[in-house]
Amino acid sequence: MNHEWKDPLNLIITGVGGQGNILISKLIGEAMLEEGYWVTIGETYGATQRGGSVASHVRISKSIQPGPIIPEAKADIILGLEPVESLRMLCLYGNPKTSVITNIRPIHPMAVATGEAEYPPLDTIKQGIRGLSHEAWYLDASKIAIELGAPLLANMVMAGALIGSGRIPLKEENFQHQLKMAFREEKLSLNLRAFAFGVSAIKKQVTH
Amino acid sequence: MPNIAVHAPKISQLLMGNEAIARGALEAGVGVATAYPGNPSSEIIETLANVAKERNLYVEWSINEKVALEVAAGAALANVRALCAMKQNGLNVALDFLANLNLTGVPSGLVLVICDDPSGISSTNEQDSRHVAKALNLPLLEPATSQEAKDMTRWAFELSEEIANVCILRSVTRISHARGKVVLGELPNVERNVHFDISRKPYASIGGKAPELHQTLHQNLTRIMEIYESSPFNGYTGPEDPELLIITCGSGWLYSLEAVRILSAESSVGILKLGTTWPLPRKLIEKYMLQTGKILVVEEVDAFLEGNLKELTADMKQGRTWTFYGKASGHIPSFGEMNPDIVINAVAQVLDLKYASRKPEYHQKSQEMAQNYVPPRGSQFCAGCPHRTTFWAIKNALIMDGRECVLTGDIGCYAMATGSTGFFQIRTVHAMGSGAGIASGLGKLHPFGFKQPVLTVCGDSTFFHAAIPALINGVHSQSQFILILLDNGGTAMTGFQPHPGNNMNAMGEPAPILDVESLCHGLGVKVIVTDPHDINGTTEKVLELLNNDGNPSVLISRRECALISAKREKPLYKVLVNPDRCIGESCGCDRFCTRVFRCPGLIWDREARKASIDEAVCSGCGVCAEICPHHAIFRESNG
Repeated sequence: MNHEWKDPLNLIITGVGGQGNILISKLIGEAMLEEGYWVTIGETYGATQRGGSVASHVRISKSIQPGPIIPEAKADIILGLEPVESLRMLCLYGNPKTSVITNIRPIHPMAVATGEAEYPPLDTIKQGIRGLSHEAWYLDASKIAIELGAPLLANMVMAGALIGSGRIPLKEENFQHQLKMAFREEKLSLNLRAFAFGVSAIKKQVTH
Repeated sequence: MPNIAVHAPKISQLLMGNEAIARGALEAGVGVATAYPGNPSSEIIETLANVAKERNLYVEWSINEKVALEVAAGAALANVRALCAMKQNGLNVALDFLANLNLTGVPSGLVLVICDDPSGISSTNEQDSRHVAKALNLPLLEPATSQEAKDMTRWAFELSEEIANVCILRSVTRISHARGKVVLGELPNVERNVHFDISRKPYASIGGKAPELHQTLHQNLTRIMEIYESSPFNGYTGPEDPELLIITCGSGWLYSLEAVRILSAESSVGILKLGTTWPLPRKLIEKYMLQTGKILVVEEVDAFLEGNLKELTADMKQGRTWTFYGKASGHIPSFGEMNPDIVINAVAQVLDLKYASRKPEYHQKSQEMAQNYVPPRGSQFCAGCPHRTTFWAIKNALIMDGRECVLTGDIGCYAMATGSTGFFQIRTVHAMGSGAGIASGLGKLHPFGFKQPVLTVCGDSTFFHAAIPALINGVHSQSQFILILLDNGGTAMTGFQPHPGNNMNAMGEPAPILDVESLCHGLGVKVIVTDPHDINGTTEKVLELLNNDGNPSVLISRRECALISAKREKPLYKVLVNPDRCIGESCGCDRFCTRVFRCPGLIWDREARKASIDEAVCSGCGVCAEICPHHAIFRESNG
């Protein structure tokens, strides 16, 4: 990781309320702060417990304090815990150089569950992401998490994928260190395993 | 996760603005902190409550914002530094007290933190609280970063003591809820001399003293202005003679810096950032204004700074004129939340620069994708939410009653019942407790020929906050309405903070429960309790009260918030759909469970053309098994 990093580096971590994206944005932010970066995280709050879209803007810089909102089209990386949410953020904040890493497990919005709106087929989402990004990875993080015994661990799998992708200047051990500070023993090992699965899952993939 | 009470000066932590405000209060030696919960302010008191024992604080979730400020003022009157936090709506509740407290002042530091919610992300309005500082002649500070949120809070206590009066710190959602680097300061060892001085003149403005005390307020402001002139929270970056001077405050500062960087306009645009926005530091502002002829004002929400700057220029005798750009000129919208793109576009427009965030083809493609393949994800009641069943029962009862009943409401998760998730039942939403007050008014219109029965809903926390006076009013005025108390066991919308109906206080200590039934009995009101998940029983109880003429009556619809229950116990039932019994669209129910009842645990399976259960979302309450007309949904006890 010796190349020059874009500065500020703009990361969006997105998902649906309750998926735990705010937790991983905090852990990544704290790890970057320890590495000596300026970090600003803007979070959309409000109806987050009621199934709404939740996005964290995580911005890191060596020299300046970034603002809490990424300007339009200025996202460098979009980490999505839900595929339509990844596309939603890409449409707003993406540019031809944006990298996308997304979980492929859908969570249907109410309008889809009621039959009033359609959830796009995964291939359509992938096609859309491909057309609007520089590179993209697709992971079934929820499947990995369910196999580990807890669907909520999908966020840690995705954090592993992000760091494994090499697209942010953060080493695995630095994130693991944050996990060790955040979790007690009984939950720590499971979170570390989910994280490790994410790292290896993305390393096995080529981008699309 | 950061420990907010750590004794480690100079170390950096990644703190949310609200956590930084809490830390600033600790560094100032705060003793008492109070609030009524309300986003985006709630985390300040939550953070302080978590360290109350460790730092020897008294932290309280008060019954409403007025009482919260009174409790904090009580501490400050007895020489204990105190902080009171609220959202912009809460300020209105506290305003009557604040508009008198400013006249008498307080001997010890009292900081009022107001967190505004531009765009009303979690509010009913986007009111700009700063006008109150000007109206009441109180000093105002606006942090621009988490670091400033901490440092300004600490300083606000000193300013407060400098003039023996309240100091206001105004935050906004993007300051309160953003996380940024904060370098910690020292935590003091506080030695308190807690004493109310009864030898001095009373803290009171009666007896014709108001004008004299009002004059003192103006003298205080002159002193504050002098202090503000050299405040490190104000500063300029840019060339000596900028073509355009941005004057900004709060969240606008980082957006402005970014806009200038993105437009590479550093050589022609200067930024004067103000942290002290009332009273304005006149000399400092004049110095930078004299270096330019064009001024762009960047602030959230109203043109508060913009108007005050224009007021200042009217008094400047330099013979120079300026062109102001901002909300009045239309370069910045005069409503809604600020963001960096608004500033980029305003600067580009003023300086005639070309800017497009991306190429037109890309932009068009992204718009098409967003329109065609990104379904909206709106807010709704959660799976198993007792509000859904209460409103379903209300809907049924009101249809059966058939007299075009009017249901008023107020603020809480249940306000979503103006929409499809609550079957469009609520007709009015304004302030806390206002549904009950409006009902008390509607309930007196029968002599004018008004024939519609009146009902109102309010939550348990809202009942204590502001609905009780309206209910008392209704009792005494013999108004005819039904108050349906949606008792879900906590202040759910803002994160389950305890209220007087709970057995615990903010600091986690045991607290006596105020029994709502006894309270209503004491008012002489007929009270019935129902479990909303018993839909038929609840419907019948609403009908029973609708047939009752006379005074107000109360129906307590009691069931714990499904999010709280889920944290404690496993689901009651495993809920399943029998695919042989669910005959989908040929049933005649018109997809009742998913299209009408709309619990997010229920899914319409497009391919099978049948209902199904989303196991990851279903809370296992089992209610849908009772509402399915074809008995296709069934439940198995989880033991």
